[in-house]
Amino acid sequence: MPHEIHERREVQALMDRGAQIVEVLPLDEFEEDHLPGAIHIPLSAIETEARRLLDPSRPVVVYCWDTA
Amino acid sequence: MDGKLDWLAAGLPTEGTNAQLPRAGTVARRDVPTCRLDELLGPVRERVREARWDACVVVNDERVVFGLLRKAQLERDADESIERVMRPGPSTFRPHVPIAEMAAFMVSHNLASSPITTSDGRLVGLIRREDAVQAAHELHAGKEQTPWKRKTGPA
Repeated sequence: MPHEIHERREVQALMDRGAQIVEVLPLDEFEEDHLPGAIHIPLSAIETEARRLLDPSRPVVVYCWDTA
Repeated sequence: MDGKLDWLAAGLPTEGTNAQLPRAGTVARRDVPTCRLDELLGPVRERVREARWDACVVVNDERVVFGLLRKAQLERDADESIERVMRPGPSTFRPHVPIAEMAAFMVSHNLASSPITTSDGRLVGLIRREDAVQAAHELHAGKEQTPWKRKTGPA
């Protein structure tokens, strides 16, 4: 069940436990800077690519630029 | 976490092409002396001199920045409290600011130094104008030797 995360510590704890980190920003922005270990799935392709690229048995953290 | 911006503003590590470029957080001097609001200037000034610095950042126990002491403040009376002599609420910048942008701002606004803080207001270090300008110059010189890929249109 998806829910919002607002604490960096929670993200870091999930990363330590092997969560999959996904950035949905455009590719050039991802290539400039992304969270360690993050993979890129553009927002427009998330529904199709997520099934192909992500392991359903592990938590997934999806992020973009900010909360706006 | 409120997105990638929040992660960058906290000075946390990233991967990617920008991760290898100098930024405000990487150029800031982390050995800047610090002091508390309730200290007296005399002992703080001595500490700053022994550390061969000319500035001191006023922080609390969690390293949240409250103020700054530069030369003029450090020359005040030894019995005055830090809270009284400091420059309160200094302009601060986030660790992920590109160094060229940081240097340009410091030059145009005649900023000798500025605290670099996380989005929580915690001190990362103090960036000095001369360090920012030198790092920006070295980055520019490096780019002239190794062409960088430029964006040519919208994503």
